[in-house]
Amino acid sequence: MTKLSPTIHPRRSIFQRVRLYLPLIKTLQTGLLLATGLAGYLSAHSGLAPLILLGLAGSLFLAISGSTVLNMWHDRDIDAVMNRTHHRPIADGSVSPTEALRLGLILSILGVGWAVAMNPLYGLVVFAGLFFDVVVYTLWLKRRTCWSIVWGGISGGMPVLAGRVLATGQIDLVGILLTMAVLFWIPTHILTFSMRFFDDYRAARIPTFPSTYGFETTRAVIALSAIIAAASIGVAGVMIGVQAGFLRLMAVLSAGLLLLSFATVFRPSERVNYSLFKYASLYMLASMMLLAI
Amino acid sequence: MKMSPLDRVLLLLTGLLAAYQVAVGINGLGAVPITAYTIGFGVLLVSGLLLIILGFEVLDSPIVVIVSTVIPLAISLGLVWEHLASFRTSYLVFTIVGFLAVTLTRSLPLKGKLPTIVLAVIHGVAGMIIFLLPSILAAQGATRPGFALVGLGGALIGLGGLLLSFLKAGKPILPRATILRILPALLLLMTAAFVAGFALA
Repeated sequence: MTKLSPTIHPRRSIFQRVRLYLPLIKTLQTGLLLATGLAGYLSAHSGLAPLILLGLAGSLFLAISGSTVLNMWHDRDIDAVMNRTHHRPIADGSVSPTEALRLGLILSILGVGWAVAMNPLYGLVVFAGLFFDVVVYTLWLKRRTCWSIVWGGISGGMPVLAGRVLATGQIDLVGILLTMAVLFWIPTHILTFSMRFFDDYRAARIPTFPSTYGFETTRAVIALSAIIAAASIGVAGVMIGVQAGFLRLMAVLSAGLLLLSFATVFRPSERVNYSLFKYASLYMLASMMLLAI
Repeated sequence: MKMSPLDRVLLLLTGLLAAYQVAVGINGLGAVPITAYTIGFGVLLVSGLLLIILGFEVLDSPIVVIVSTVIPLAISLGLVWEHLASFRTSYLVFTIVGFLAVTLTRSLPLKGKLPTIVLAVIHGVAGMIIFLLPSILAAQGATRPGFALVGLGGALIGLGGLLLSFLKAGKPILPRATILRILPALLLLMTAAFVAGFALA
């Protein structure tokens, strides 16, 4: 177990800093959220404007990265006691908390500022995502209640809504359905994760669904949320006017998600749990790509 | 046996080809063939993804036998529905009863050779249809020659099914390591043959 201790850092090159900062932004998670944002924009089929796409990708990347760094800054004490996360740069002392806080704030301000400059409503949605993630989820609820994941989920749904808003100029039903899809997809990802690393979360005294309601209820919640997520994506796909062939493919991928979710209820095992966790990420990425085509 | 990066790439390509077939390759067909092919290639796609995620250990699961029955049954149903109009209803019944029979005999604790016989009959009939029907139709000129590739896919699915079935029965035709080494390439070749065959039909 690594202790949090003040560390004196020799002057680092930019390359060294970037290498240290990359784990702070959780590249895979940020990449997936960014993909949902781009898919939200492209789902409107309003034509490809390279500069707007660049602005969307840039502002979302900065805002999502900023909130992730702030989340990691605040949770550095938790990270230090969890086996899975004790090697993270702030927890192991290779990046100081002050440096991480500065980085998180700079990225967040740049991201939200860029978003507001592009379109005020789009900026508001990006800011809402950051606010729900950092203030409501991380600072307020994460250590108090397992229901905090609802707010984490809403925050996770903001990039896809932001992309849609930037393309259409309004918050429409499709955007809300896409947000719901991400919100209800998140339990298939996070709850399987909290079952897999149950001991870690218990050691860090973080309330989770498995520790509050037990594994059986958690599995039922995962299955139910998978149904709602798949239905939301399907209805959004129909409303967007996705071609029949791509809808078929979406149905196949959704069936895989539902089967794995039901398997966690009726044939629970670590293997099924892990496969659902991995499959859920692939599912979200593939579904978003199909909506964007 | 650990899955190599090459195995993962081959399985990913298999999944992408299956996805293409579901999304694009069966456009314009009737409702039943589209549903049947979607199920067949869809199961192939999801199975490929699960193999990538979980590795070859997933093949030890008893559900694999049931799932692997769906692929030939669904594809053969699509072929019969498209090309043997007079057998449509009877083969649809055979498909449903066959799937239920495999599921039941694999789920219940039955003794004797009944589960193996049921599996052999269902796989045998479905496999022969996928192998013979496109080959005969292509040879007769009823379809374009490229459709025979679907028959090649049928032969490969039969080969893969045989290797895995005997392996799971404890009487492997080839050593387990050899079977697992060739399985990803076999699946890719099979799927490529199907996709090309349907495209060239």
